Amino acid sequence: MTSPPAAPAGHVAPQADHADKARTLLQRIADLRAWLFLAFLILGFELWSRISFGGTFLFNPFNIQSIAVFAVAPLLLATGQTFVIISGGIDLSMGFIMGLAAVVAAHVINWATPGMGFGLAVLFGSVVAVLVAAIPGIVNGMLVALLKVPPFIGTLGMFGVARGVAFLLAGGTTVPVKNEVFSALGNGKISGVPYIIIVTAIFVLIMHYLLGQTKFGQHNYAIGANAQAARRAGINIKWHLLRLYILSGMCAGLAGVLYAARFSAGAAQAGEPLLLDSVAAVVIGGASLFGGSGTILGTVAGAFVIAVIQYGLVFINVAPFWQFISVGVVIIISVLIDQAQRRFSGGRQSE
Amino acid sequence: MSDMTPIGQPLLEVRNLSKNFGPVQALNDLTMMVRAGEVVALAGDNGAGKTTLIKAISGVYQPSSGEILLKGKPVSFASPQEARDQGIETIYQDLALADNLTIGANIFLGREPMRRAFGFLPVLDRAKMAEAAKSTMALLDFHVSRLDAPVSNFSGGQRQAVAIGRAVYWNAQILIMDEPTAALGVPEQRKVIQLIHQLKAQGRGVIFISHNLQDIFAVADRIVVLRRGVQAGERRIADTTHDEVVKLMVGG
Repeated sequence: MTSPPAAPAGHVAPQADHADKARTLLQRIADLRAWLFLAFLILGFELWSRISFGGTFLFNPFNIQSIAVFAVAPLLLATGQTFVIISGGIDLSMGFIMGLAAVVAAHVINWATPGMGFGLAVLFGSVVAVLVAAIPGIVNGMLVALLKVPPFIGTLGMFGVARGVAFLLAGGTTVPVKNEVFSALGNGKISGVPYIIIVTAIFVLIMHYLLGQTKFGQHNYAIGANAQAARRAGINIKWHLLRLYILSGMCAGLAGVLYAARFSAGAAQAGEPLLLDSVAAVVIGGASLFGGSGTILGTVAGAFVIAVIQYGLVFINVAPFWQFISVGVVIIISVLIDQAQRRFSGGRQSE
Repeated sequence: MSDMTPIGQPLLEVRNLSKNFGPVQALNDLTMMVRAGEVVALAGDNGAGKTTLIKAISGVYQPSSGEILLKGKPVSFASPQEARDQGIETIYQDLALADNLTIGANIFLGREPMRRAFGFLPVLDRAKMAEAAKSTMALLDFHVSRLDAPVSNFSGGQRQAVAIGRAVYWNAQILIMDEPTAALGVPEQRKVIQLIHQLKAQGRGVIFISHNLQDIFAVADRIVVLRRGVQAGERRIADTTHDEVVKLMVGG
C-alpha cells in the first residue's frame, strides 16, 4: 500500500450507542439492591412475627423508632465513609474519632455548664467536639493527599492515635454528663420523633445534596474512577482529599456528640463496633471499594438493612450471634451483585 | 466560533525549539508549523522526541530555548491549564475520562456549570451538560440518545469521541492527539480517523502522533519525522510513500 487512501467517501452511518434497555433495567435493579434487601427483610420479619406470635413487626411504631435510633450512629459514620469510599479511599479511624468526640463533648459540656448555662454549654460543647474531630481528619487528609500514604494505612495509624487520645482524655473510663438539655437532645422527642433522628435526617439530606449536586461531589466521583483524568481536567486533587477526610472526621464528630447526648456520657469506645458496620452499610448500599460508585441514599438503605437485621433478630428472639452471620451474608451477596453488574455493564474494574 | 483562524492560515508555529534534561538533548532546534484545517502527523522511533515536543507545546515542559507562536503571537505556558485556556488541548491515549460519569459530566469535568434550584441552592446544571453533550457529539457525527449513561457503557472509539468532544466543546484550536488509535480495534480506528477529518473540516489544527503509517497516510496532510531529537524530514503526504517515511525514521 504505497498510495494514500482517499478520505472516507460519503457518509458512514454513525454507530448508535448501546441502547440496550433490558440491560439498563437490570442495572437499575442492581442499583436498588439495598432497598430490595430492606423490603425483603422487613417482609420476612413481618411474616415471622405474625406467624409465631400474631403480632406485627412493621406497623409497631416502637419498632420503627427503635430501629431508626439504632441506625443513627452507624448511618452518620457511613455517610462520611460513603464519600471516602467513592473517592477510592477508606477511613478506618472514624470509630475512634467518634469516641474522641463523645469524650470531648462530655468534658467540655461539663466544664462549660456552670458558666454558660445548660443550653449554651451544649451548643458550645457540640461545636468544640466536632471541631476537635476535624483535627484527625486534617492529619488523615495530609497523610493521604500530601504524603501519598495509602488511606488504609494512614487512617489505621490515626485509628490508634485517636483511640489512645480518647482513652487518655476519658481517664480510661466513661465521662458522665450532667446537663439536662443535653440528655433531652439525646432522648427527647418532638411529636413522637426523637430529636437525634431529626438531626440525622437533616444531616443526611445535606450530605446527599453535597454528593449528588455539587462540584465537590462530582469531583469525588471523578477522582474515584480515574484520578489521572481528574488531575488533567484541572481538579486540585490534594485540596479535595484534604477536605474529604476533614468531612469524614466531622461526620464521626457529629456521631460522637449524638452518642454522648443519648447516653449522657462520653465513652472512648463509643464507635468501636460501628466502624465496620459503617463500611458494610456503604458496601451494601451499592458503593464499590474500588471507588467511583455509590450514593448516600444507597448507604441509608444499607445502614437500615444492618439495623433491621440486628433489631429484628432480637425481636424474633434468635440468638444474637445470628446477626453477625446475616450481616456477613448480606455483605457477600451485595458484593457479588456489584461484580456481576460490572461485568454486565462492561465497566472496567480498577486498574 | 468567530475567533477561528481562516483555513490555511498559520495557527501554531514552533521555531528553533530545544529542550534538554541536564546533558540529554531531547529536542534540538526543531521548527514546524500547523495551519488551520491541517493535520500534521508526528512520526519517529521511540525516544525520537515526539512526546517531548508535544509536552513542550502543551505546557507540560518549558522549552530550553526557541519559541512557540500561537496565531503569530509568542506564547509560553507555565502549565497545561494555561495552554488549554489558549486553545491547545491534548488528548491522551489512555483517554483521561472518568468512566463513571456521563458524557456531559466528562465534557465539563473541572468546570461544571451550576444553576440555582428554588432560586437559592446552587446545584449542578445537568440539563445544560446533557444538552452540550448532545450538540457536541452531533457535531462529531456521533449521535447519542443515552445522555445519562456513564461513558463506561460506550465502546473505545466512542469514548475517544467523547475525549475529542470535550476539546471541541471548549473550542480548542489545536488538538494534540497522542496515539489516539493505539488501543482500538479496526472499526473503531476508522471512526477516529473520521473524527479527525471532521476536526480538519471545522478548521482546527491537529497534531497527530502515531506509529501506524496507514493511519497517518489516511488522515494527515503533512508528516514531520523526528530522529534523536532533530527533524529528520518533513513531507507532504501526497508527495511521499511509506518507504520514504520509514527511511526517514530509521535513518540511512
